Amino acid sequence: MSAPTSVLYDLPGPRALRRNRLIGVLGVLAVLGVLGLLLQRMAAAGQLTAARWTPFLYTDIQNALLDGLLATLRVAVIGGALALVLGVVLAAGQLSDHRVLRWPSVAVVQLLRGLPLLLLIFALFLGSGGAISVFWSLVLGLVLYNGSVLAEVFRAGVLAVPSGQWEAASALGLRKTATMRFVLVPQAVRSMLPVIVAQLVVLLKDSALGFIVGYAELLRQGRIIGATYFNVIPSLIVVAAIYIAINLLLGWLATRLERRSRRVPGQRATERAEEDVASSATGG
Amino acid sequence: MDAVLDNLGLFADGLAGTLTLFAWSAVGSTVLGTLLAVMRVAPSSAVRAFATTYVLGVRNTPLTVVFAFVVFGGPILGLAVGGDVELQYRVFAVIALTLYTSCFVCEALRGGIATVPVGQAEAARSLGLTFGQSLRHVVLPQAGRTVVPPLGSVLIAMAKNTSIAAAFGNRELISAMRTGIENRGDAVVAVLVATAIAYLLVTLGLSLVFSLVERKVAIAR
Repeated sequence: MSAPTSVLYDLPGPRALRRNRLIGVLGVLAVLGVLGLLLQRMAAAGQLTAARWTPFLYTDIQNALLDGLLATLRVAVIGGALALVLGVVLAAGQLSDHRVLRWPSVAVVQLLRGLPLLLLIFALFLGSGGAISVFWSLVLGLVLYNGSVLAEVFRAGVLAVPSGQWEAASALGLRKTATMRFVLVPQAVRSMLPVIVAQLVVLLKDSALGFIVGYAELLRQGRIIGATYFNVIPSLIVVAAIYIAINLLLGWLATRLERRSRRVPGQRATERAEEDVASSATGG
Repeated sequence: MDAVLDNLGLFADGLAGTLTLFAWSAVGSTVLGTLLAVMRVAPSSAVRAFATTYVLGVRNTPLTVVFAFVVFGGPILGLAVGGDVELQYRVFAVIALTLYTSCFVCEALRGGIATVPVGQAEAARSLGLTFGQSLRHVVLPQAGRTVVPPLGSVLIAMAKNTSIAAAFGNRELISAMRTGIENRGDAVVAVLVATAIAYLLVTLGLSLVFSLVERKVAIAR
């Protein structure tokens, strides 16, 4: 198992094994009790009958969900791309040697990170008097918020590169821009890749705020289906399952990328294999 | 500026709503998060699997969807406190925020326990301390210190997330802002700035509190 277990427990002896088995049985009973109560309540409310679930087999319903999913993904992809750009710009500003650039960047990042995303979206929409559409208010809100979070990630990544790298670059006569471009940023991006992908997952999840401001995304479609076929809970379960599936996929991709990025060019295949074995052993 | 001063009572009411939501959800998610963390290191694999599945599932679900589950699905399942509609929505919001945030609290706590070197617990056991004693005197005091910063950022994020409750029948800062804009359509920017300042007071105040706690419990290792 994972690390905490090994800190907390010794190898169990016969008495501990008996006790563990008892805890296990009681725990399973408690979990089954909670799940059973939930299912019983759903059955009592008629949310488990076939009539509440068959609508998801209709092509119309599937198309509506697909439309919602595409709307969500459109926001997330455009928002994610722009947030990465804003993150790079703000991080460069924060790391700048010029106070004129550094101070405003630091101020903007700290300000945006301290505000709820919903407030930013409302501010864009209401503050512009509706000149910015709901779609772009949502996208730009996501960009401003996640861009400033990503700026902090990039900055931390650059600062975390060992100082010997920077010293070696200046010893070779590279200027600051070249040091950044060829030495610091490539290493920073490599080490920060999992955090960057995790932030993109956050961005995708936050796009569900579109439901609140009236953008027809996945949750909105789910609600419409739920209201039409009186299957409120099944349709929410389907929507949640879609979100979970996409996010798990992104998470899996992040792990793959991380493992891949740890490969050093020219490293021997055997070392690489050993590393993979080691990381899969500790990755539980 | 007078648009804000005229609506000062409205904003004070909104701030009180946000802080109430925060306080109850902070308590709730700390309790449930600790329970989940305990379940994730439990000696039974079925209990561990349940906690892991819960955390994985809820963490990857948008908070708005969790809110929708509780607020729209709750009444269907007979979840009700009866009487006051406003109280009903507040309880729903606290439940949704607790269900969601407890996953992140659980992860922060687990990360904290993982930073305690295995040798510490081994030394405690070889001194003859029981499981409870080694947990209370050796593991938890060390884990608690490393947990403060991540727990702080989880709770600050939750303070900002209380804004979503506005869309589900709660009176708090965002709903106050929308009422304020409806009252004074000519002073939208002033109302927006006032709301932003109120939120900054909350988030910056919280981060100050957590950095004080962090300094208080810090020790040289």
